Order: sequence, then C-alpha cells, then structure tokens
Amino acid sequence: MKKLMMTAAVAALAIAATSLSASAADKLKVGFVYLGPIGDFGWTYQHEVGRRNLVKALGDKIETTYLENVSEGPDSERSIEQLARTGHKLIFTTSFGYMDPTLKVAKRFPKVMFEHATGFKRAPNMATYSGRFYEGRYIQGEIAAKMSKKGVLGYIASFPIPEVISGINATMLGAQTVNPNIKVKIIWVNSWFDPGKEADAAKALVDQGADVLMQHTDSPAAMQIAAQRGIYAFGQDSDMIKFGPKVQLTAIVNNWAPYYIERTQAALNGSWKTSDTWGGLKSKLVVMAPYTNMPDDVKKAAQQTEAAIIAGTLHPFKCPIVAQDGKTVDCKGGTHLSDEQILSMNFYVKGIDEKFPGK
Amino acid sequence: MVLLEAIILSVIAASTPLLLAASGELVVERSGVLNLGVEGMMIMGAACGFTGAWLTGSTAVGALFGIAAGVAMAAVFALLTLGLAVNQVATGLALTILGIGLSGLIGAGFVGEKITPAASLYIPFLTDMPVVGRILFGQDAFVYFSIALIVAIWCFLYRTRAGLILRAVGDNHTSAHALGYPVLKIRLLAVLFGGACAGLGGAFLPLAYTPFFIPGMTAGRGWIALALVVFASWRPGRLVGGAYLFGAVTILQLHAQALGLGVPSQLMSSLPYLATVIVLVLISRARGTSGSAAPASLGMVFVPDR
Repeated sequence: MKKLMMTAAVAALAIAATSLSASAADKLKVGFVYLGPIGDFGWTYQHEVGRRNLVKALGDKIETTYLENVSEGPDSERSIEQLARTGHKLIFTTSFGYMDPTLKVAKRFPKVMFEHATGFKRAPNMATYSGRFYEGRYIQGEIAAKMSKKGVLGYIASFPIPEVISGINATMLGAQTVNPNIKVKIIWVNSWFDPGKEADAAKALVDQGADVLMQHTDSPAAMQIAAQRGIYAFGQDSDMIKFGPKVQLTAIVNNWAPYYIERTQAALNGSWKTSDTWGGLKSKLVVMAPYTNMPDDVKKAAQQTEAAIIAGTLHPFKCPIVAQDGKTVDCKGGTHLSDEQILSMNFYVKGIDEKFPGK
Repeated sequence: MVLLEAIILSVIAASTPLLLAASGELVVERSGVLNLGVEGMMIMGAACGFTGAWLTGSTAVGALFGIAAGVAMAAVFALLTLGLAVNQVATGLALTILGIGLSGLIGAGFVGEKITPAASLYIPFLTDMPVVGRILFGQDAFVYFSIALIVAIWCFLYRTRAGLILRAVGDNHTSAHALGYPVLKIRLLAVLFGGACAGLGGAFLPLAYTPFFIPGMTAGRGWIALALVVFASWRPGRLVGGAYLFGAVTILQLHAQALGLGVPSQLMSSLPYLATVIVLVLISRARGTSGSAAPASLGMVFVPDR
C-alpha cells in the first residue's frame, strides 16, 4: 500500500515536472535534506510524510526535491549548497547535526530561505523549528511508572545532546509523580539508526530487569524485542503499533506537515521571516498515538495530563527542579524552566543514578 | 547465571552475521581477490532475504533468496574484475554503493511489514538444561550453519588438494597459471562463494536478528567483516575468535552501561573496534606472522597470457 502511495507520489511529481516545465520557473522550488532513508519508519519517514502532505496541499505552486541518507558534517554542507545552487528557494534541513553546515550555506546564499530542525542557531534567512517532544515524554513517564511492576524503566538513548537529555528528564519527572522511587537504566548506542544495536541494547535492558522500554533512536527494533519478551514499550517518531500490537502503550508522533505547509505558504506570499518555532501538543506538531494496552484508569490519567499540558496548566519542567547533585536549578521561566534552559539542558534530574555523559 | 546466559545468547546473535560474511570474504581473499563490496552484498541479501520470507512465509526460502542475491552481486563483481580486469578496489566500492541503493529500492515496499523470526532448535531435556541448554541446543539454523561453515572452510583450505590450489592461486597467480591451473575459474568460484556467504549473513539480519526490513539495516557490518579478515591474518580459527570477540565486547559494553558503571558511552561504543584490533594484532605479532600473512597476489589483476 505504502509502495503504491509512493509510486503515485513519484508519478505525480514526474507528471507535474514534465507537464508544467514551461511554468517551472514560476514555481517555488523547495528542498529537503534527510538524515536517514525515507523508509526508516522513524524520524526521516515522518519528515517525508510532512513533505508529501505539503505536495498534496500546495503541489500546483511548488516543486519539491529531497536528498536522503545525508550524513551530518561536511557531506551535508555540500548537499545543502547543491540544493541552493540548483534554484531551491526554501530549504528544510532536518537533523540537529546540519546546524553549522546550514548556517554556513545560509551566509553564502542570503536570498535563499533556510529552515533547520531542532537547532538553536539562526540568521536573517535561517529559521529554526522543533517539537516539544518532552511534553510527550512526560506523559510516557507517568504511564510507564504505572505499568512497571519492578519500578525499573529501560531507556535507549542516541547521543547526549540537550533534546535527548530533556527527554530523559521529562520521562523521570513524569514517572516520579507516580512512583518517587522509580529507577531508569540508560544505554547510549551513539547512533540514531542501527537496528541491530538498538535491539541488542533493548535485550540488555530487559535482561537487567527493565520492564518498560522507551527509546530515542529511530528504528522499531526495540519495539519488536519488547513484543518478543512480552514487556511494554513506547514508539518513537511514528506510531509503531504494527511492530508491537500487544505491547505498545503509545508513541510520540512527529507531525511536521502543518508547519511545512504554513512556512511554504509564507514563502509563496513573500511574508517569510526568520523565526524560532517550537510546537508541542497544543499546536499538534507533537501528537500522541492512541493509548493502548493499558487499563482504563491509566488511559484516563494520561488523557488528563495531555489535556492539562495543552491547556497550559501543567508544564513538565515546573519549578522547583532538583538536579542530580541535589542543587535546585535556577528557575528562569517564572513558574517553569525557560525554553532556553530546556534547549540547552545539560544535567540529569534527581532520581537518575547514572552518571551524566561527559561529566 | 540467568543474566550470563542472556548475555551469551545476545553475543552469539550479534556475532553470527559478521562470522558468516567474513568466512566468505576469507576464501575470496585467499584466492587473491579483494572484494570490498561485502556491505553491498550483505544489504542485498537482507532485502531479498526478507522479500523471500515475506512472500512465502518460510525462513529457508528467505535464506535462499539472500544467498541468490549475494551470488548475483558477486557475479557482477566477477564479470568486471575477472572478466574485464577492472580495478578490484574501485569495483568493490561501487558494488557497495550499488547494493545500498538497489536494496532500498527492492525493500521500499516491505518497510513496515514483519515476518515470523527464524525458529530455534528445541530438543527436549537438552535445551531445558540450565545455563548451557539454550546456548548449545537452542539456537537458530544460521548459528549452527555459521560454525559448520567455518570448520568446513578450514578443512577445505588446509586439508584438501583443492584448498591448496586455491591458496596457491592467491599467493602467486603467475606460477599457478604456469602449472596449468585455471586461475580465473578458481577465483570466479571463490568470489561467488563469498557472495553467497555475505548474502546469507545479510539475510540473517531481517530473518532472525531484527525481523523486519529497513534500508541500510546492515549499518556497516560488511566493513567490520572485511576488517576482521585482515586482522585475523586470513586464518579461519582467528576469524571465529575475532568475530565472537567483537560481538562479545559490543554486548558487554551495553550491559556495562545499563549497570551504570559511569564510563563515557562514546568510549564504550568504540571498545569493540579497539579490543578486536588490539587482540588480533597482538596474536599475529606473537606468532611472527604479521605482514607476511596476506596472500601475495591479493588485489592484483590477473590477465592470462595464452
């Protein structure tokens, strides 16, 4: 089915490209740079879904190009520049590691509009956007603590960057509201995508007593191990229920389409300006997959937490936040940590026993 | 004890694809051909293996599809390097790039699909024995086959006349040719065998390790297999040791992290590479075989002069 859809999308693009080549000059060329293959069923796949929806919405006014499997670093700079050189006026670079390369190319092409996902460096022609994934993690932490019998969670982490750290902290803060003594075991696989290694990490966590798995890596390998071992798990980036129909509790789903459509529309109107967008559950950039495989009361509580976060009455990082070393973190955002503090988070909250990576 | 058993089971699963692919490459290189396309042949084996298993519901058919894909890729390599005497290094690299792209295309329709993983052996009483039961008598067919394969390769290389000829071709193709041995034919068979092994090693990933297909799922295992052959100084015994050492350190570092030992995870992730290289180099040096162990004609193009 998916293949059909993809073929259809490709065919549609091809037709659009050939039949309208006369007017191609008037069309806005939009480029996307992806970290993984579009079929990773995770991070890159969700961006690709966003792009396809963008084509569906504005297909008659734009032309899109995507580059997949672009590794972070010098390679990405070349790819981004390539898009800029070939007439793309709006370029979305969709991984944290593209930050500096995007900035460099943005300086060289001041008339091209750049959009970088999950970073913090901006320029007059370079905007940033990301999702408040920690909101979903907080809900997951709460569910996990209720569903865990042993009180030990397993966390498969990728790289120790602020986004991943804030996800771990939000999970723990959510879990601690249910069980103050909850434990988390963290394994860093130092990769966003290596199904074999992710599966090995999942096995190691389960073998060491974790009975609910969560991940910040991109493949559904861990979900499958959870299904094999009969323990609960959370999907990442996209709904992975197919891989664990009896064990997935919910998943954080990245929903980029509305943002892509809005920004491309702005570029078409000429109203595009650099900005820093950080959408969460409220703006539906982060969506929770259906709550499944849990008792009704747990489900109800999760829905209430979700509603509270959307209403703004609950913030996952509400003060006071106590760090691992026992010191209370400065509260720069009034009643909760400021966005700046969350975006540059470099400490574990109290209750996590593991040493902070790199400290 | 239960944890130890679990760790050993994970180690075996992590080591098997490396051992399978490296076994084939060992024979290829012993015949004097350097095929850097292992990663490409593996990922093709993974894509086609999954396709076969998904279409028929049978792991065995999947494995055969994987082997066939590896052989087909190897045939392309053989045609170029043996038939047309093209540079082996460049062709091997191109084969990897081709394999990664082509497998993505083949597998695109299967992303998100799943299959039943390969069945494990079960012998009443034996498999139920504590600790060693599942390790010795509860593996899937790939694991037993990988061990049987490397033993067979050892016997072939060192205990048969055909093996001796293959090594002779790898060490000095001109002399072997002068003696009347069909150098290119022998190399062709070796390259195809290497392709079959790499295809099977790749097929192990979606059929038994993580039962789904995702583009790029080999994640560099082909390169590790290649390196293992070199660091094992082209010897089957050391190759088994190297593959299992690499698998063991990979799994142990994950467990060390879960235990919260506090060693930087970046260092932990590099440990398998460091440990394997250091141990195998030390063994080679101790035996005085470093450097001289490589087949003398490795990577050299051979064009028979009538």
